[in-house]
Amino acid sequence: MGQKIDPNLWSDGPEPHLMGGKLPSGEVVFPMPVGDAAAGVEPYKLSRRGKLWSWTSQGFLPKEPYEGPGSGPGEGPPDFQPFLLGYVELPGEVIVESRIVDARLEDLHLGMELEFCIVPFNMTHDTFAFRPVAAIESKAA
Amino acid sequence: MSENVYIIGAGIHPFGRTDGRSGREQGVHAVREALADAGLEWPDIECAYGGSAAAGNADIMVNELGLTSLPFTNVANGCATGGSALAASQQAIASGMYDLALAVGFDKHPRGAFNAKPADYGLPEWYGQTGMMLTTQFFALKIQRYMQLHGISRTTLGRVAEKAFRNGTLTPHAWRRSPVDLETILNAPMINDPLTKYMFCSPAEGAVALILASEKKMKELGADGVKIRAVSVKTRPPNSFEVFQAGISIEEGGKPTVLASKAAFEKAGVGPEDISVAQLQDTESGAEIMHMAENGFCKDGDQEEWLANGWSEIGGRLPVNTDGGCLACGEPVGASGLRQIYENVTQLRQRGGERQVPGKPRFGYSHVYGAPGLSGVAILERE
Repeated sequence: MGQKIDPNLWSDGPEPHLMGGKLPSGEVVFPMPVGDAAAGVEPYKLSRRGKLWSWTSQGFLPKEPYEGPGSGPGEGPPDFQPFLLGYVELPGEVIVESRIVDARLEDLHLGMELEFCIVPFNMTHDTFAFRPVAAIESKAA
Repeated sequence: MSENVYIIGAGIHPFGRTDGRSGREQGVHAVREALADAGLEWPDIECAYGGSAAAGNADIMVNELGLTSLPFTNVANGCATGGSALAASQQAIASGMYDLALAVGFDKHPRGAFNAKPADYGLPEWYGQTGMMLTTQFFALKIQRYMQLHGISRTTLGRVAEKAFRNGTLTPHAWRRSPVDLETILNAPMINDPLTKYMFCSPAEGAVALILASEKKMKELGADGVKIRAVSVKTRPPNSFEVFQAGISIEEGGKPTVLASKAAFEKAGVGPEDISVAQLQDTESGAEIMHMAENGFCKDGDQEEWLANGWSEIGGRLPVNTDGGCLACGEPVGASGLRQIYENVTQLRQRGGERQVPGKPRFGYSHVYGAPGLSGVAILERE
């Protein structure tokens, strides 16, 4: 396990949760606001399960401030690892933007059941992602 | 009571890449062209509003244009810089304070520009570090969901780009002036699924200047004016889905484009069916499709039929992006919104040459959209 890409982004423990915030109005937001905007906002553990709201692929090396494979000293586009990303609707809470792992582009569809997970990001850090529930079940089998 | 305002002069510096000429110099070129078009000299201009996103302050142009002591306000409003400059100069005349005003926008972006910093947008660093701070992803995510919900095909995305490049071949100020066929567009390298390389516009260079006049001044000059019926600039309402959002509300919110469009139609006292030619923000193919519906020109999903039947072509039911839009012209941020106005002025004056829409177009509609969720709409009329 690497370091968390942001120490407050998800909760620790065997079943980590992405951390959002609950506004005084009851509305749930992501990420948890910081600074003055955090006043009156309660840290809120977001659901680990959600449904795919939209998706795309990232097939080329992003520019800075990207710090993933391909961005390091002496690295370049050949070192880049393409990834999938999307928005995941956490029922009754909020729609979060996330990497999508253990899936192929052609398998993605609206409403697909996904679960939260932690994945290696680069040599030193982990990040969060969502993966198809079916992928978890087939891995367990 | 506010005065009627007319555009009596329009000038443009060709879009694309012009090595050795700064963004501001391109702006000066456009201003001189607009002055010549209106039959005016620089000292005639009473006030000016202008800006660029990445090519410096507009008010420095007085060095080249002449030190006439006019009030010159710099506008820095991202993608709405041009729209805001137009709105400000329109208000300056509508208020009765001035009779002649200049609106100018220019820009010069390096290749592969637009790398955004999370802190500038109030976002945590991890959002950029993990590779989510890309505008192209937002456009792909928005059209992907729209395609699923409303049955829009990849072929339709391709047809939008094909039309843009075809119109670009007819447009002297366009950057991309060669046609690209549908198959090439669809099979080009994928930037962010479902959008390929040819479906995105590129950062570019260019400049546009417009000269606005009161009705009294226009008549006095005997100028060839196009009336500004409405200008509306709106920022995003609650719960909207915009570029650079790590989290979005589960409540479906409003859209800045819908707000700006409705306000402009209301102000102008006309509806979508009255529009003869439209310039809609086409940062990528999907944007033009979604903006056709957001601006009230068709229902969600009808774009499939529109593009298949050529209804948004020059000569179609409603010609859209007659100069090739951002896809063929590129997007110099400060100038892009004013290019749309320039094109509508050209079309309404029936000076479009090979790309002229047929008949006698009466109402021209333009729409710009940009980060972090703002939209500007203008409706012009040929009286």
